[in-house]
Amino acid sequence: MLFKLGSLFMKPGAKMALLALAIVFPALASNEYQVYVMASAFVWAIAVYGLNIITGYCGQLNLAHGGFFAIGAYTLGLLTSDAGWSFWPAFVAALLVTAVLGFLVGVVSLRLKEHYFAIFTLCVGFIIYLLMDKWEELTHGPVGVRDIAAPYGFGVVDFTETTPFYYLVLAFLVFSIWFMGRLSRSLLGRTFIAIRNGDELAQSLGINLMRNKVLAFVLSTTYAGLAGALYAGMVRFIGPEEANIIHTFDMITYLLVGGIGTLTGPLLGTISIVWITQSLQFLEEYRMILFGPLLVVLVIFFPRGINGQFLTWMHHKAQTLSPAKKKKSSKVQTATSGEVKNNA
Amino acid sequence: MLKVEHLTKMFGGLAAVNDVSVDFEAGKINAIIGPNGAGKSTFFNLISGLHQPTSGRILLDGTDVTNMPSDKVARLGVGRTFQTTNLFEQASVLDNLIVGHRLRTKSGLWDVLINSKRLQREEKAARDKAMEALDFVGLTHVAGQFIADITQEERKRVAFALALATDPKIVLLDEPAAGVNPEETQGFAELMRKMVDNGLTVCLIEHKMDMIMSLADKIMVLDHGEKIAEGTPEEVRNNPVVIEAYLGGDEDAAA
Amino acid sequence: MNLFFQQIINGLTLGSIYGLVALGLTLVYGILHIPNFAHGALYMVGAFMSYFFMVDLGVHYWVAMAGSAAVVAILGILCERLVFHPLRNSPPIHDKIAAIGVLLFLEATIQMFWGSDFRRMSSPFTGIMNFDGLIIPEQRLLIIVGAFTLVIGLQLFLRKTMTGATIIAMAQSREGAFLVGIDSNRVAMMTFGISGALAAVAASLYAPINLVYPAMGHLVIMKAFVIIILGGMGSVPGAIVGGMIIGFAEAFGGFYISTAYKDIIAFGLLVLILSARPQGLFAKGAH
Repeated sequence: MLFKLGSLFMKPGAKMALLALAIVFPALASNEYQVYVMASAFVWAIAVYGLNIITGYCGQLNLAHGGFFAIGAYTLGLLTSDAGWSFWPAFVAALLVTAVLGFLVGVVSLRLKEHYFAIFTLCVGFIIYLLMDKWEELTHGPVGVRDIAAPYGFGVVDFTETTPFYYLVLAFLVFSIWFMGRLSRSLLGRTFIAIRNGDELAQSLGINLMRNKVLAFVLSTTYAGLAGALYAGMVRFIGPEEANIIHTFDMITYLLVGGIGTLTGPLLGTISIVWITQSLQFLEEYRMILFGPLLVVLVIFFPRGINGQFLTWMHHKAQTLSPAKKKKSSKVQTATSGEVKNNA
Repeated sequence: MLKVEHLTKMFGGLAAVNDVSVDFEAGKINAIIGPNGAGKSTFFNLISGLHQPTSGRILLDGTDVTNMPSDKVARLGVGRTFQTTNLFEQASVLDNLIVGHRLRTKSGLWDVLINSKRLQREEKAARDKAMEALDFVGLTHVAGQFIADITQEERKRVAFALALATDPKIVLLDEPAAGVNPEETQGFAELMRKMVDNGLTVCLIEHKMDMIMSLADKIMVLDHGEKIAEGTPEEVRNNPVVIEAYLGGDEDAAA
Repeated sequence: MNLFFQQIINGLTLGSIYGLVALGLTLVYGILHIPNFAHGALYMVGAFMSYFFMVDLGVHYWVAMAGSAAVVAILGILCERLVFHPLRNSPPIHDKIAAIGVLLFLEATIQMFWGSDFRRMSSPFTGIMNFDGLIIPEQRLLIIVGAFTLVIGLQLFLRKTMTGATIIAMAQSREGAFLVGIDSNRVAMMTFGISGALAAVAASLYAPINLVYPAMGHLVIMKAFVIIILGGMGSVPGAIVGGMIIGFAEAFGGFYISTAYKDIIAFGLLVLILSARPQGLFAKGAH
């Protein structure tokens, strides 16, 4: 079933079909709540794409990702409620703030290797949470931020309604994936993957580690900020809990289920898990009883998730289908596995 | 070509490389041998800039590269391989090699966003370079296969190709023939000859003495971080100090 | 002046608990190179087990503590066998994610049985000792004495017994230990067992002057990480000294600077240290 879904995604024009499906979804949905759930899944997917840049492609486990999501949400929230800005300027500010903070945190944290980086970012995430909880003069502490502005439309569209907001989020999601696709195929994306393969090897290939890691980190925090700002505009009321480490863990789960370091993985993982959790309401509170072991099983047996598994399978199928052409296979396979490559 | 003067590297209180001076000539195969723990890999790490020396100088074609970060050293034309090379297992051989030419390109984030002409041009150049390197090491037939599906010997050749794709002037090879059978070892020897014939300078660390003795133009022997001998294979073979170091040292290394 | 001594007692209490938790974390890191993010969850399970034995089964505090240590030790060993052992050759990111998986599972499971309420667990040591105006609650004294006893016991075990020596040998060189015929599986399991037991004892000691709830491990594990980075990942004395530094910094910082931000002190310290010294405070040079 999932393989079928995946193979649909591979065919030319399939992306268009999937996009069309997303566009007609509000008409197919049986109630507004479903549209709302889908919109929130899209928001999380954008954040997970960000995590995929630094953790999936670049190989650095960033445990402060949820913190940057919260910073995006708080920036938009505080600017529109306390400072009285209107939505779009605050939205742009949220992106800038997360990018700049991402740069500052990145410059310090990315000098650290592997475990140190993960532990450091875990602590950064917690500091973000503590500041939101304790710095009452700025953040209102545990009370949270109310009266957050909704995005105003241009002309006839009113984004305060669920369905128009859904399309707004969809547009950002499409842009996010489009950019990610372009990035992953480019020399820059390959540079990130080379860093994931190993610091020393990357350096011996003339890659400036710091510059590229910081760039990947800033991109990822900006994605998180974008998602956070959209989230704030959607729920209109946020609190310190948005920075709870549990959200970072959720996103890691989405990423691993879908396929870490792949292009469609984050979307696949986020949407499927969000809907599974939705349909099994009792899971909401205890979802981690399943997610926890799921993470363990995934990293042991399927470290590249649904999408990665599928891509490997596709590749091997393509190889066995053309045994006769084996001699000239280089050209043939590079052509047929074009998608594989793009996703890799 | 590569001139090393009084190079020393201390780790804690121990000298991993101690006052080593050597001159590697262009277009030659230079070998570094020595028992395990003699400081051979550290020596490579110093030259390629992964470690900064405690004292001494490294000159590459007259340019002082002593305290240069490794990415800059690579850009000046020092390519290298490692004893083990981690590659992206679930991607094709060709895909793994394209990044090798990254250091000769300039495209950044903005080029990616607008898909600039420069990016397209550079990506084509990087792909062509990867194919060229693959052809050089004789692996065009596995270009489309996943790294996970190729043999150990082919992996080693891919690591060679990756270093070659950086357009180096000198390549540092860390135990290129470790873990391959005698027949394949011969293949690697031929490959190194071919590199030299194509104007490269080769510098390798190796334990396989048969191969070294028939292949190298010049051998440097390290023991406990110090250079104990240097010369042609013939000179080194008959050097009593070398014989002593090997017989008294790690037998495994002399095998 | 009295208040000052009171803070010293507080610092010693906190430092003892942090030290014990960090000790388990650093042992596991030293031997298996796993930053065990689930260690805080083991600590939390330890508190709940003691609570369960004492409140639901009605056994004595000491028995409850021993039972809890045994349960969590087994849990630690299970984690090693089922989760970390299969991942020993995986890319470094995998064991961290798996550890997070274990953490999530343990927390959710405890929450399912006991809910997310804050619980009180009282020990038999509720008295207060008065040394000429200096007031020390018995439980705090017990924590300090208990932690010191455990640390000394552990040192003796590591230095004086054959099993302890194998653990030390493996911490120094995994391949070397393998060459001289040390059963690395057994050492790995034992390390996880000891690490779990230490966490459970620390939690059982601390629970009577604190609260028991599913998220209680979060702050503790993060501080324990700060401590072992401070003291050098894998270093036993480093964990104890680091624990004391953080304990005292919090006690005094919380008293003289701000209670609201006392939890941030440890992390602020970490950010400062790692910004200046990416390898940690007491780490040796590379290779």
